[in-house]
Amino acid sequence: MADTITKSAIQDTPRGTSAAPVPTVIADRVDIVYRVNGTGAGKGSATAALNRILRGKQAEKAAGVRKVHAVRCVSFTAYKGEAIGLIGTNGSGKSTLLKAVAGLLPVENGKIYTDGQPSLLGVNAALMNDLTGERNVYLGGLAMGMSREQVRERYQEIVDFSGINEKGDFITLPMRTYSSGMAARLRFSIAAAKDHDVLMIDEALATGDRSFQKRSEARIRELRKSAGTVFLVSHNNKSIRDTCDRVLWLERGELRMDGPTDEVLKEYEKFTGK
Amino acid sequence: MSQVLHTPPPTATPGPHADDAAALAAQYGLTVSGARPSLPAYVRQLWARRHFITAFATAKLTAQYSQAKLGQVWQVMTPLLNAAVYYFIFGVLLGTSHGVADFIPFLVTGVFIWTFTQSSIMAGTRAISGSLGLVRALHFPRAALPVSYALQQLQQLLFSMAALVVILLCFGVPVAASWLLAVPILTLQFIFNAGVAMVMARMGAKTPDIAQLMPFLLRTWMYVSGVMWSIDKMLKHSSVPHWVEIALASNPAAVYIDLMRFALIDSFHAHQLPHHVWALAIGWALVAGVGGFIYFWKAEETYGRG
Repeated sequence: MADTITKSAIQDTPRGTSAAPVPTVIADRVDIVYRVNGTGAGKGSATAALNRILRGKQAEKAAGVRKVHAVRCVSFTAYKGEAIGLIGTNGSGKSTLLKAVAGLLPVENGKIYTDGQPSLLGVNAALMNDLTGERNVYLGGLAMGMSREQVRERYQEIVDFSGINEKGDFITLPMRTYSSGMAARLRFSIAAAKDHDVLMIDEALATGDRSFQKRSEARIRELRKSAGTVFLVSHNNKSIRDTCDRVLWLERGELRMDGPTDEVLKEYEKFTGK
Repeated sequence: MSQVLHTPPPTATPGPHADDAAALAAQYGLTVSGARPSLPAYVRQLWARRHFITAFATAKLTAQYSQAKLGQVWQVMTPLLNAAVYYFIFGVLLGTSHGVADFIPFLVTGVFIWTFTQSSIMAGTRAISGSLGLVRALHFPRAALPVSYALQQLQQLLFSMAALVVILLCFGVPVAASWLLAVPILTLQFIFNAGVAMVMARMGAKTPDIAQLMPFLLRTWMYVSGVMWSIDKMLKHSSVPHWVEIALASNPAAVYIDLMRFALIDSFHAHQLPHHVWALAIGWALVAGVGGFIYFWKAEETYGRG
């Protein structure tokens, strides 16, 4: 009995078109809290640290552990085929929320349900500057969960896409010898080599020169087609308007608005005084 | 631009109710993001990432000396210099070599095998806390990190073992079939090290301060494990109770060191080993390996917090 009620309730969702939409990500009243040691009144002094150890949790605040409530009670449901933009002023919790959806940051309260393993587009942390570009392609690919064969198959594609070898044989040099633009291009090329079910793209993708930017935008469109659901964090309202049909607006960790791109962006632009 | 930071009207559409969310998730087979997988699933995930584990270990190892002029030569030079320092202090100045046959092979084997355990544990302590960027950017079973660091130390040890073979031959230790025992010994020691590294990784992730404490604990452990002196010879005529001697000789570091000496050095005889030494070696490896893995897995979803 209870089952039938919930099912009919689901089919009545506002986005329910002809067929019932298939949810891929459900966030249910999510709270995310960071704890930072050595800040606040105690300034991380030795006595404050001792105090914290001796008196346990009650002394946390006094002893300089500061809690940063980055995301507060955010709920939303994302459906298959949607491209969702995340907007908000700096420090409003956009990237934090994405990391939690990817299962990389534990939530304090609430639950996030996902279809498969959502992945964040980015591989920077796995790469090592002292290694050659070639070895970094393999390392990055393996770190993202590709098999050795898959990386080998895509290797040439990745190198060609990055354009690292356009000015000579740079892929066999250590990455620390690359210019910042070249390194950024290689990092993006590695990250974009894998197909994802739920893909999350954090801002600052527009790296490199004009021709590379065009190539990466095209690649993101391709990824969007193969991915079930795409999240895009950006401060560029134009790129949100171009790619997303739904927008979540976060402000001070709270979900301010959730709706069609035009409506939310209109309010957001009013808010930021643009 | 006047950016007013008052809160705009909360026009957010209310999200699904708690029970609805759970029911909806269940209906479409969604799973909790970042939840800890079951133990068998975790083992499978880890196995699926074996190529990453080896690639990460090799990458770390090669990156280590890539800026040095001598490059990878340091892989062999560093352990040799280490052995030279210990020889100078203990062999020449303090004279612990007294009564130990083939003292230099004895000492170098001890130093190399001990260094393997020591550096695996130190690297394990920092495996999560030192790779937070990686933990927060990519999804993979976190046990891959401590295992990978332990594997890096194993690769490092293989370079040391090559140097050790040269030293053994220089000091006239004959090549023997028992050298093959080095393979099972190193395998057991690697399992033990990886297990302890996983325990330390979990503790170090929660309390990074442990990394400051470990060098002292490890140094104490080194001095009681007979790395540069013979437990057997040194304590024979002392007033130390017998059970202390047994406890010292049965501690995992001493077990693996003495087993390796037994395997490689012809003048190190079986009677110098503690009783049931292979059972001890296998037991320590199983206890640390399985226990460490389960202990690490229990906190899988919390790594990367804070």
